[in-house]
Amino acid sequence: MNSKLKILYNGIVAENPTFVLMLGMCPTLGTTGSAMTGMSMGLATMGVLICSNVVISLIKNLIPSKVRIPAYIVVIATFVSVLQLLMQAYLPALNAMLGIFIPLIVVNCILLGRAESFASRHGVLDSCLDGIGIGLGFTFALTLLGAVRELLGTGRIFGAEIYPEVYGSLIFVLAPGAFIALGLLIALFTKLRASKC
Amino acid sequence: MKSSLLNMVLSLGIITIIAAALLAGVYTITQKPIEEAQLNKQTEAVSAVTPQFNNNPVAEMVEITPEGETTPVKVFPAKMDGQLVGAAVESYSLAGFSGEIRLMYGFDADGNITGYEVMSHAETPGLGAKMGEWFRSPEGNRNVIGLNPATTNMTVKKDGGDIDAITAATITSRAFLDALTRASKAYGQLKEAN
Amino acid sequence: MLEYISIIITAIFVNNIVFAQFLGICPFIGVSRKLSSATGMGAAVTFVMVIATCVTWLLQTFVLDPLGLQFMQTIVFILVIAALVQMLEIILKKIAPVLYSALGVFLPLITTNCAVLGVAILVVRDNLDLGQSLVYAFATAVGFTMAISIFAGIREQLAWTNVPKAMRGVPIALICAGLLAMAFMGFSGIKIG
Repeated sequence: MNSKLKILYNGIVAENPTFVLMLGMCPTLGTTGSAMTGMSMGLATMGVLICSNVVISLIKNLIPSKVRIPAYIVVIATFVSVLQLLMQAYLPALNAMLGIFIPLIVVNCILLGRAESFASRHGVLDSCLDGIGIGLGFTFALTLLGAVRELLGTGRIFGAEIYPEVYGSLIFVLAPGAFIALGLLIALFTKLRASKC
Repeated sequence: MKSSLLNMVLSLGIITIIAAALLAGVYTITQKPIEEAQLNKQTEAVSAVTPQFNNNPVAEMVEITPEGETTPVKVFPAKMDGQLVGAAVESYSLAGFSGEIRLMYGFDADGNITGYEVMSHAETPGLGAKMGEWFRSPEGNRNVIGLNPATTNMTVKKDGGDIDAITAATITSRAFLDALTRASKAYGQLKEAN
Repeated sequence: MLEYISIIITAIFVNNIVFAQFLGICPFIGVSRKLSSATGMGAAVTFVMVIATCVTWLLQTFVLDPLGLQFMQTIVFILVIAALVQMLEIILKKIAPVLYSALGVFLPLITTNCAVLGVAILVVRDNLDLGQSLVYAFATAVGFTMAISIFAGIREQLAWTNVPKAMRGVPIALICAGLLAMAFMGFSGIKIG
């Protein structure tokens, strides 16, 4: 049992995709204008990651090693397209907000990275847990970054006012603020991990 | 698994076929909801901005090219028992800060503005994006609802007009009013034709 | 002509792919420690982006659209880009070994460069014609090369400065990128024609 929990912990903290592995930077910066959009993007990515991890772990023994990367890409791209269609149909407003970053989940290094380094070497259950762990870690990071940017930029978190908007510094909602806020958060995370060890 | 040409081609082929089949399945299931979702957005915006009606403005939509321009805008006539009581106009402006803005404006029978909804834009978040609230705020001379473009100078104060521009987003404000003028023009042409 | 100039200025400065659209961040952070490798990456991206956009545009217009298979777009585009990168690697190795030795190491990294797929999808979404698409792809890639080169120049200097321990590496680089993005914001709102 312990080893299962360890996989989850690993994904969220020890190998946090954003703060430690520093993968998937584009959606991390591009969709975190608010806590809500950041969280949605994280959950969307997590959904695809869990599905692709499970399927790849199921078919890992059926694929010749030379074509495994293209095969993984097809699996991931299929789930991304399914997600795209479902969002267009049932969550059109969210889909419009996340825009091009939904199809671009395909090239998120986290997905191919987990397929190659974890799902292709572990069983279905473990791969699923890894997907959940990494997915939660990614969602956590994006939500946190979104919340920080939204708070500093507009004085809100998830749309709820914390302090009046006029005191916010808009730069944090705009492009430069994305880079700066992420840089500071990574530094903070590194510091916390270092002091714990 | 060891790689040979045969099993490489076979495995990739099978995966692709399964993927394509799965996608085609999901596509057929979601096709209708996607169309409905797109239509819904339009219908909702139309009923949000226009006065009471009992026809189907979306079904009676006409494309009208405002005088002196080449691109048509969509006009959704609102009727009460066959009588034209107003319309919603989906207008656009290319004068925005970044890219096109699209808005839905509503007018009553006299040409007064009854409401507006932002459909899409790429303006700076926190500045230009404020247009959704700004032009209905009662403060100062921001509010455009209830005004008539025929009798009001629909330009920002800086250009000698009657409307307060959004703080730090004059360009977006100009684009908003540009789209509004375009919509009003198209609506005038609809009334003339009726 | 003015139309093309407008596309070029917009893609390079106003809507810079890295600083305004947040695409291609992974190579932007990953391959910018040295100026020479940054320019190499930029050149490789330019090469692939133009060819990939051309191929995907043709596929979209003459295969996917007529057959009503738009929902296959993502899967087809990524496969085409992956195959294209592989082929380019093989062809370059054979016919232009000098170019290959300069760009070769960067080519495999480009498959998962979201800027390439991003541009391929964007030109279709914005209904650009083939000429506009190619100009847009080229200008975007030039914008990317410029961004990553400037950034690498800064990071080379940064290597000599005494940065607090927790900020070393990526965090301080991101903050520099933020300041660069701020500089690029000065271009926003510029319109030509």
